[in-house]
Amino acid sequence: MHIPDGYLGPITCGVAYAAMVPAWIIASRRVKKTLAARQVPLLAIGAAFSFVIMMFNVPIPGGTTGHAVGAVLVAILLGPWAACIAVSVALVIQALLFGDGGITALGANCFNMAFVLPVTGYFVYRLISGNSPVKSFRRVVAAGIAGYAGLVIASVCAGLEFGIQPLLHHTASGQALYCPYGIKVAVVSMVGGHLLFGFVELAVTSLVVKFLQVQDPTLLGHNREAAS
Amino acid sequence: MKTTTKLWIGLGVLAILTPIGLYLPKKFKAGSAWGEWGAEEMHGLVGYVPHGLRKLGSLWNAPFRDYSFKGWENLGLGHLSLAYVVSAVLGIALCVGLALLLGRLLSKKESRR
Repeated sequence: MHIPDGYLGPITCGVAYAAMVPAWIIASRRVKKTLAARQVPLLAIGAAFSFVIMMFNVPIPGGTTGHAVGAVLVAILLGPWAACIAVSVALVIQALLFGDGGITALGANCFNMAFVLPVTGYFVYRLISGNSPVKSFRRVVAAGIAGYAGLVIASVCAGLEFGIQPLLHHTASGQALYCPYGIKVAVVSMVGGHLLFGFVELAVTSLVVKFLQVQDPTLLGHNREAAS
Repeated sequence: MKTTTKLWIGLGVLAILTPIGLYLPKKFKAGSAWGEWGAEEMHGLVGYVPHGLRKLGSLWNAPFRDYSFKGWENLGLGHLSLAYVVSAVLGIALCVGLALLLGRLLSKKESRR
């Protein structure tokens, strides 16, 4: 889901950066209010976890690959806004050092994977887990479904961003200037793939939540007020 | 052992295991992810390279493009795996550094030791 440079035109890139600026400001403010100093190492672990889990490319039928992002897991531990910051950190390092995701597309990539993914995933997690006890199995299920849903919703956004390019930018003869595939193909391809990769995200998110329930449930419990 | 210590160890284990993310796509002959093709691949797909893609595609020359070292691209999977693990460790270190810095700047002051 790391959109490279040259696939999105200036309008989409600009709008995405413009959308991320307030998101980063809100995230900073929320994190300032809710993140305790003792949680700072967890923020760092979250950013590093997201970075490294994205290196595990999983092949799917059709000859393409994808990967989990880990954003919902960080959101469950530290709240969606802290996750926004942690995943943004990972995406910036990936783009600058490793050329994974473009510089012009960084705003869009952050919007999809560091904003839409953790925020919608966290919403689904809260919706399903309800008031169930921190150590309940329901929370493991909720975490898995939330990871899956977040990833798929983020892939819809990426598909739409790809897909509007031929409408926005083309030559007089009709050749695309950026991504050449229209909305239908782009969305079907992105979402189709992520309906499958989503199971990796589902497994990762639910397994780590299960591990933490056994290991240190306090990490899962103290985040209620950090949410809204 | 503290949970965070275990999580740090987990990160280290993941870094060592990252070559799985290289081997699996190779084994199943998977190509690039959708929408992450290079100019040549794009030409093969639609018969031309979109002008903007040609122009912007080489905008940024990342020092460790594709989690590898310059000149190592055509060496064997062993070399690529080594570069992949080194990239993972480097990336983890930088993410941790940047996140710690941001976290220290943002976190609640009263609970700081």
